[in-house]
Amino acid sequence: MDLSLNGVSHSYGNVEVLRDITLNVPSGQIVCIVGPSGCGKSTLLRMAGGLERPDQGEILQVGEPPEDCLNPLTFIFQDFALLPWRTVDGNVRLVLEDHGIRGERGEAIVADVLARTNLGDFRTALPKQLSGGMKQRVAIARALAVRPAVMLMDEPLSALDAQTRELLIDDLVSLWAREPFTALYVTHNLSEAVRLGHKIVVLSRRPGEVREIVEIDRPLTERSLGDADLDARQKHLWEVMRSEARAADEELVHD
Amino acid sequence: MTEIQTDLPKQPVPFRGGGFRPRPIRFVGLAVFIVLIALIEWGVRAGWISNLTLPRPSDVLATFGELYRTGALWDHLSISLSRLVVGSAIGVSAGIGLGILIGLFSLIRAGLVPLVAAIFPIPKIALLPLFVIWFGIDEGSKYALIALGTFTPTVVATYGAVENVDRTLIRMGQSFGLSWLSIVRKIVLPGAMPGILSGLRISLAIGIILLVAAEMLGATHGVGAYILQAGSLYDLERLFAGVTILSVLGVTVSFLIGQVEKHLLDWRV
Repeated sequence: MDLSLNGVSHSYGNVEVLRDITLNVPSGQIVCIVGPSGCGKSTLLRMAGGLERPDQGEILQVGEPPEDCLNPLTFIFQDFALLPWRTVDGNVRLVLEDHGIRGERGEAIVADVLARTNLGDFRTALPKQLSGGMKQRVAIARALAVRPAVMLMDEPLSALDAQTRELLIDDLVSLWAREPFTALYVTHNLSEAVRLGHKIVVLSRRPGEVREIVEIDRPLTERSLGDADLDARQKHLWEVMRSEARAADEELVHD
Repeated sequence: MTEIQTDLPKQPVPFRGGGFRPRPIRFVGLAVFIVLIALIEWGVRAGWISNLTLPRPSDVLATFGELYRTGALWDHLSISLSRLVVGSAIGVSAGIGLGILIGLFSLIRAGLVPLVAAIFPIPKIALLPLFVIWFGIDEGSKYALIALGTFTPTVVATYGAVENVDRTLIRMGQSFGLSWLSIVRKIVLPGAMPGILSGLRISLAIGIILLVAAEMLGATHGVGAYILQAGSLYDLERLFAGVTILSVLGVTVSFLIGQVEKHLLDWRV
């Protein structure tokens, strides 16, 4: 299933946040959205997932989601959004319970996703016992459990320290390599974007417009930290973004 | 310059952290009780506290023992406890139910929050004569008084707690397609539980106060009636025995809520 955004515009009151955004998320690819803070990237993601309605434009699911998919558009949040009163196991089960998946079938799915995210030994731990990186792994496991057609990732690594971020980038790459997933990935971190994105969409400052779309053909598994070609790409992205970011930074907050 | 000059005066960096972090210290509370009671016992025996002001703690204990032996303790306590349990069960469950509805639905909130705000500051004991007319002189009016008294703080605590549930968790529930009922049951309710339980502490303390007040105004049995009788006869030993029962009751209720919190809220950081 592909996701297609057509001419999406949105305002909050008098403040225009997004202007005429058109982009496609083809199946099996990771599309990164980068942009200065306040450019409406998270708003765009919430719209893609049906948590907010755009003023204009449409968001289309192209094609049918796969048969076994329980929740076609699934979010991964920056602040993990784990229920603190449920264990790792219970947090994953939460999203299965409503689909009537319990007992052996539920157990099989939970065991599978926890194994894929290397959480097998932490099933009975509460979120308060886990580090930030582990919490985000639980959130990824929870998202995998509903077999999403498109994952909507809202700065998933931004709450983590730089080392944990590297580890999780590796995890995401190996998850993708094993079974390619489709994702719309919002971030403000350019090195994440060049490591994980097949396509990188640069938004301007508010109101957010598509400034440039960069495609990177190198397979995800062949990209690594400190790669010269990727660094050049990253530098290019930063040059596109720099003036936007500076202008956004110097803007007064109006609300 | 890479070396530190050694000929300059040296002094250790003064420590200025620490403090501001309460930690549990066992038995200190108990020790304060014991010292205070021993002091009173000594004072009354020695005569620098007049025995018209305070009874001897040992006499209060003797009265207590007598109360226990004759079975009167259980007579009074059982009737008081049943009033407290029935009344606050009605008040607390209605309060939690309505508090959740207020927290979830804007229309109910707009309609009922002003009403709750109007009822909250009324001293409920002032309504006892009214309740006697409405619900009769016997148990009904006492249940109603305790129920209303525990209801208002529970409602306020509950809807505040529901409002404070982390919205990102609710968005998460919606984004995974959880049903409305599942979101309320699995996310809103557990998330509001800390606030509801701390409201319950206040509600039940108010419940005990109203219980005694109601029993003083129109009852022949119960701890409140017992204290009132002792007071009218200026029987200080019995009066203090009654007050001790109330105090123990309060501590027990608070302990029980603490246990429930420990059990239900062990997920808190």
